[in-house]
Amino acid sequence: MIVADRKKIPEIVDMIKDHRRVLLVGCGTCVTVCLAGGEREAGILGSALRMALRLRGRGDVTVDECTIERQCEDAFIDILAQRVSEYDAICSLGCGAGVQALAERFPRMPVYPGLDTQFMGILESQGVWAEKCSGCGNCRLGEFAGICPITRCAKRLFNGPCGGSRDGKCEINPDLGCGWQLIHDRAVALGILDRFEAIVPPHDWSTGLDGGPRKVVREDQCIAGLCTRP
Amino acid sequence: MNDEPLILAFCCHYCAYAAADLAGSMRLQYPDNVRVLRLPCTGKLEANYVLAAFERGVDGVIVAGCLEGGCHFLEGNLRARKRVERVRQLLAEIGLEPERLEMFNLSSAEGPRFAEIVTAMVERVKRMGNSPLRPDRARAEEGALEMSRQAEAMLEGEKR
Repeated sequence: MIVADRKKIPEIVDMIKDHRRVLLVGCGTCVTVCLAGGEREAGILGSALRMALRLRGRGDVTVDECTIERQCEDAFIDILAQRVSEYDAICSLGCGAGVQALAERFPRMPVYPGLDTQFMGILESQGVWAEKCSGCGNCRLGEFAGICPITRCAKRLFNGPCGGSRDGKCEINPDLGCGWQLIHDRAVALGILDRFEAIVPPHDWSTGLDGGPRKVVREDQCIAGLCTRP
Repeated sequence: MNDEPLILAFCCHYCAYAAADLAGSMRLQYPDNVRVLRLPCTGKLEANYVLAAFERGVDGVIVAGCLEGGCHFLEGNLRARKRVERVRQLLAEIGLEPERLEMFNLSSAEGPRFAEIVTAMVERVKRMGNSPLRPDRARAEEGALEMSRQAEAMLEGEKR
């Protein structure tokens, strides 16, 4: 899932300083699961913002909340269309994709992010989320015993580990496991360590964000024709 | 105009609520600034309950749960303490003094301790002054009463 974290209240108050009617829009998908931007968090942020604005002499600003099932799909955003006209700004509690989807759907409406989108990851334990995938567009987990060297190694090394690996930990943070130690240990457990004798050639980064923003197109699914959005 | 602070106490049914009852049975004197809201356990407390109280103009909030290790639901009070700490951080971001919110632990046999807690919290809030978010005492009182009614309705709903 996409993992995000709420922005601090003063930053959000500053973002909406030119507006008098603000709609907080929560998202019922990833950010609900990571407890950052679901219905409950939208309620908490709404209450917090109203109080913060009153304490800053802006008690006349209206802040309302609503949550839609998924901010990254127009079909779900449509529910908002009528309501949005009553406001002069939106603060989205979706991930960065959700914020931009709302901005595309409502071209005349300022849309501000209420969250800092962090990464694609997993729930490690209750209340702890960990980054696992960088979305590089060319998954090579099969070559690295199921542990991603792009995401889990701070240097993104394909031929690791580096000299900063100490007692299984990364030199950048003593609490962070060395990605290459993890790859090594799992390769031993799987009995495939010999595969790592060969040098891995340079990675093609053009399939990732370095190659520009990407699209995935499934023509068999494009009932209404190919989308022409920029 | 009544300038006395208004305190809302989120009390666990198994300890603080009974302790408040005991304080009354014992005819103990404590400030009448507190309104008691009964929860099935402080583990039921959500951040938005506390924020709703402050938004309605309550001057201080007490969260009173069982002694550590004595929760009827094993660890509801431990979870509540973590939530209270997070809400205190949020209050600081909002611009409201985090000291307006405090969690206490006590047993159902501690009527005198309930009276002490209320007295200490009322004194603390009086030192800080009333909440800048308080519209007027009567409306804050109505807000606290409404929240208390909602909590009781929730408890009734859970019995069914």
